[in-house]
Amino acid sequence: MIDTPPAKIRIRGLHKAFGRKQVLDGLDLDVGRGESVVVIGGSGTGKSVLLKCILGLLHADAGSIQIDGEDVTNLGANQREAVSRKFGMLFQGAALFDSLPVWENVTFGLLAQHKIMRREARDKAIDKLALVGLGADVADLFPAELSGGMQKRVALARAIATDPEIVFFDEPTTGLDPIMADVINNLIIKTTREVGATALSITHDMASARKIAHRIAMLYQGRIIWAGPVAEIDRSGDERVNQFIHGRAEGPIQMAVRA
Amino acid sequence: MRPLQLIGRFVLSFLAATGQLVLFAASALGHCVRPPFYARSIGRQLIDIGYYSLPVVGLTAIFTGMVLALQSYTGFARFSAESAIATVVVVSITRELGPVLAGLMVAGRIGASMAAEIGTMRVTEQLDALTTLSTNPMKFLVAPRLIAGVLMLPALVLVADIIGIFGGYLVAVYKLGFNPATYLRNTIDALQTQDVVSGLVKASAFGFIITLMGCYQGYTSKGGAQGVGAATTNAVVSASILILCFDYILTELFFAR
Repeated sequence: MIDTPPAKIRIRGLHKAFGRKQVLDGLDLDVGRGESVVVIGGSGTGKSVLLKCILGLLHADAGSIQIDGEDVTNLGANQREAVSRKFGMLFQGAALFDSLPVWENVTFGLLAQHKIMRREARDKAIDKLALVGLGADVADLFPAELSGGMQKRVALARAIATDPEIVFFDEPTTGLDPIMADVINNLIIKTTREVGATALSITHDMASARKIAHRIAMLYQGRIIWAGPVAEIDRSGDERVNQFIHGRAEGPIQMAVRA
Repeated sequence: MRPLQLIGRFVLSFLAATGQLVLFAASALGHCVRPPFYARSIGRQLIDIGYYSLPVVGLTAIFTGMVLALQSYTGFARFSAESAIATVVVVSITRELGPVLAGLMVAGRIGASMAAEIGTMRVTEQLDALTTLSTNPMKFLVAPRLIAGVLMLPALVLVADIIGIFGGYLVAVYKLGFNPATYLRNTIDALQTQDVVSGLVKASAFGFIITLMGCYQGYTSKGGAQGVGAATTNAVVSASILILCFDYILTELFFAR
C-alpha cells in the first residue's frame, strides 16, 4: 500500500498499555482524505482505545498520530481543541446529554464553537435532524424518551452538525436490529461520503463494515495485521482475517473462554 | 514483611489519592476563574443548591434551635442560669450548628446527586462526548458547581441561622414561659458579628468541599452502575468527614488565642 500524501490521518508505531496489558503494540494506519476506513477486530482488541488516542481522550505511550500532517500526539489543551474542531464522533452508546432536549444535543457543538446564536439553534437542529430522517417533533423530546435507533440517529446528527472533516464511528450498529442497522449504515454513507468527509469506524459487524468501508483494516494483538480494499477482504490469504469475517470459533485466533 | 507491606501500600495509595484530589481541585479552581463562563449552568446550579435545599436546611435548623433551647433549659435550670439560654442558642447556632448541620444536609442532598450525575455521564461516555464537542467538562460541569456551592452555602446558612434562632425563641417563649421581650433582648445582646461571619466563612468552605467531592468522585468513577454507586457513597462520606475536620481547623483559626 503506497502512502498518498498528505494522508488525513497517519498513525505510526502507536503504543498504549494499561498496567501490564499491552493493548496497542506498534500500530500503523493511514486514512486518506475522503476515505472511509473500517477497523475490524474482536472485542477487547483495543479498537476503542485506538479511537480515543486519536481523539486525545487517552494519551498514547509511544508513537505518533498526525492529522493533516500535523503531529497531534502530545498537544496542549488549546491546540488540542483546535484539532478537535475537525472531529465528529458517534459514540457506541450514543452518549447523548440526558439533561438536554434533542435540539440542544444536536447543536451543542455549534453553540460551543459559537458558530450559531442560541435563538437560531432550534431551527438549525431541525435541519440537521432531517438529514438523519427525523422529524421536527423529535426536537423537543429528551434522549430518554427515544428508542435506541432514534438515539443513534440523533447522535449521528450531533456528530455531523459541525460539518467535521473527520467523523469517527464507534460500533455504529451495535445493539440495533438488522434493518435499523442498515438504516444507520446508509445514513453514515450519506452523511460522510456525500460531503467528502473522512470516516474512521470501528466495528465487529461485518455486514456494516462491507457496506460503509472503502478500505478495511483488521486489528489483532495491538497491530494492524491486514489492510486492503473491501473487495479484497475475501482474498486476504490470512487465516486470522478469514476466521474473523466468517465468524468461526476454530482457527488461529483463540478466545480465552475456557471456564 | 507482610504487615509492613500492607502499611506501605496503604500509605502510598492514600498519598496518591490525595495528590490526585489536590490536582483536580487546582485544575477546577483554574477553570473557575478563566473564561469562558457558562452562565446558564451556573444559574441552574445556584437554583439547585440554594433554592431547592431550603426546605431540608430550614427544617434541620428549626428543630436544632428548638432542641437547643430545651436541652440547655433542663441543664441550666439546675444552676438557676436559665437566662443564658438565648446566648447558648445564638452562639451555638451561628458559630457551629448552622454551618455544620447545613453543610452535612447539603452534602447528602447535593454531593450525592452531583457524584451520581457526573458519574453516570462518565460511564455513558457523555464526558468524552463533551470533549469531542469542543467543551471542557471541567469548565462546563465542575466549575459551575464549585462556584454555586461556594456562593450558595453562606446564603443557606444565613437562613439557617435565622430559622434556628427563631426555633429557640419558639420553645423558650411558648413552652418554657420566658418573657418574649426579655428573650429577644438577650438574643440581640448575644449576637456577635464575628460569630455570624465566621459561620458564613465556614459555610463557604463547606460549599467548596461538598461540590468538590461530589464532582471529583463522579468524574473519576468507573465501572458502570456499581462504580457510580460507590462514587455517590464516597462523595457523601468524604465530604461529611472533611466538613467536620475543616470545621475544627477553621474554628481554631478564628477563635483560638
